[in-house]
Amino acid sequence: MTAVLFQQVSRHFGAVRAVDSVDLAIAEGEFFAMLGPSGSGKTTCLRLMAGFEQPTAGHIEIFGETAEGVPPYRRNVNTVFQDYALFPHLSILENVAYGLMVKGVGKAERLKAAEEALAMVKLPGYGTRRPGQLSGGQRQRVALARALVNRPRVLLLDEPLGALDLKLREQMQEELKALQKSLGITFVFVTHDQGEALSMADRIAVFNDGKIQQLGTPEEVYKRPATRFVADFVGSSNMLPPDFVEMLGFGRHHASLRPEAIALGDGPGRKHVSGRVTAASFLGAANRVTVDANGTRIAAMLPAAVAVPAQGEMVTLSFLPEDLHTMDGA
Amino acid sequence: MSTVADTSILARRGGLAGRLSDLFWRKPGILLLLMLTPPLLWLGIIYLGSLIALLLQSFFSIDDFSGLINYEFTLSTYRQLLIPSNFDIILRTVVMAVMVTLASAVIAFPIAYYAARYARGKWKVIFYLGVMLPLWSSYLVKIYAWKLILAKEGILTWFLAKLHLLWLLDAWLALPVVGGSSLSISYTGTFIVFIYVWMPFMILPIQAALERVPGNLIEASADLGGNPAQTFRFVLFPLALPGIIAGSIFTFSLTLGDYIIPQIIGSSRLFIGQAVYAQQGTAGNIPLAAAFSVVPIVIMGLYLWMAKRQGAFDAL
Repeated sequence: MTAVLFQQVSRHFGAVRAVDSVDLAIAEGEFFAMLGPSGSGKTTCLRLMAGFEQPTAGHIEIFGETAEGVPPYRRNVNTVFQDYALFPHLSILENVAYGLMVKGVGKAERLKAAEEALAMVKLPGYGTRRPGQLSGGQRQRVALARALVNRPRVLLLDEPLGALDLKLREQMQEELKALQKSLGITFVFVTHDQGEALSMADRIAVFNDGKIQQLGTPEEVYKRPATRFVADFVGSSNMLPPDFVEMLGFGRHHASLRPEAIALGDGPGRKHVSGRVTAASFLGAANRVTVDANGTRIAAMLPAAVAVPAQGEMVTLSFLPEDLHTMDGA
Repeated sequence: MSTVADTSILARRGGLAGRLSDLFWRKPGILLLLMLTPPLLWLGIIYLGSLIALLLQSFFSIDDFSGLINYEFTLSTYRQLLIPSNFDIILRTVVMAVMVTLASAVIAFPIAYYAARYARGKWKVIFYLGVMLPLWSSYLVKIYAWKLILAKEGILTWFLAKLHLLWLLDAWLALPVVGGSSLSISYTGTFIVFIYVWMPFMILPIQAALERVPGNLIEASADLGGNPAQTFRFVLFPLALPGIIAGSIFTFSLTLGDYIIPQIIGSSRLFIGQAVYAQQGTAGNIPLAAAFSVVPIVIMGLYLWMAKRQGAFDAL
């Protein structure tokens, strides 16, 4: 069943088209990511699902029911806010039980459910504290528990990991993924972090300028970007101009080439280019080398075991022809 | 390049000012002490000192026969507060202050809410001007203006007559206690003018409190299933409560102490402020005047203590 359906949905703010004729169908039980730079319309799409915004035009359905004109408090959809939006005057337990309280669930029952939800996000016994006494990571978990305790049909997450440090973020990514699997709830996740989207989502919608640039599995979006924007935004692809691509024998097209698909030196069945090293940096697991090949900048991600060429050195880079992805038009 | 020094430690800026800057930077306590000493002296000696002197007076008594003050510790002056004619004054003032505070809060909240959540740019400026403007003109002028507005021959009566609603005013004025022969000489008139004069003191703290409530808390409440009434009750009101309490401290204590409004507009029955004025002036009974002025202090103390116990400041 389709959990969330957008048909030609637009949301304009004055002259700004934050969301511009978007079509979207999110399947039930899916982990769906909306990826894009800030101002691309992904968060507005999320707010349209939550009911905080109403579409200027178009039609939205949530599990087959028309959603436009329905206020947030009548949607069985819950949101984990970017900065958590915990109620500062309520205890953690009261925060988590809030949704059940306003729906009229009895006190004993809702506090029990809230305790269970806190246990689920690995914060048992934190109920008596106030939001101000918790760390960012803990608040994040409370926000998650507060949304999930309502058993929503769709859980919306607005850059929920943005404020966490790298270690915590990676840990939460795994936990979120596991939680989604075990609960079977449809997750819709907004992020500007392509790594997060690629590692967690079943499908990704890449947004730019209020439009969906590409919708597909992480692998599709990563390996076969539909537009130059996607190629550039997802990962840090080398964008090759048509002249250069023609010279390599692929016809006159724009093309993208992943830095990790490039190796130092040539080999059988590989395409090669030569250039001068302009920069090299050590990234831990790999070395990133930038080469100027007749005016075209090419970045290559080389395994750390390979000796890094010195700056100014002439090198030969090669790649397998199938790794070069040509794009038409824009 | 000539204006930028190439040493790693810059030379001290010239003269005494430079030395002082360095000193204050190294020892911030000295600067704090210098800044706080004058106001603390003022607050401690002149302000609190005179208040304590006043309180001490309330423990003296007046000799009924000679009219002189008897400088011996006694509670007899406080006992005088409890005789019916004096206690009525206290009761009347407290009831008025409570009504004025409640009505101010109810009227101020929507205005403050609009200003905090919706007004932007130009409209915010207009809001501040609109709220503050009445404070710029003389309090006496405003009160006399209100006396004219509320008088039997005044614009309000005229306006209601045009609307054929005079029967409503007459019915209200026929009520016991709140009524009278015209609005300008009834408790209702006093009440209206108190609300008018203290309104800015209620609006501004509530607006400041609401301004600090992040918009996403309102959204979070709606998202979790709270309808607007529930969001108000469980989120907005508790978070605005410190502002409402702050505003009510103003309206409540100002009403408790005011002696001009009830004198110009209202029945001739006294309020605490008028009693203090009469006792220390014409009657020359400073101890009783002092005892009367202790009443609002005690009431405010009790009020704040109860507000704190109710958790009104938890959201601060």
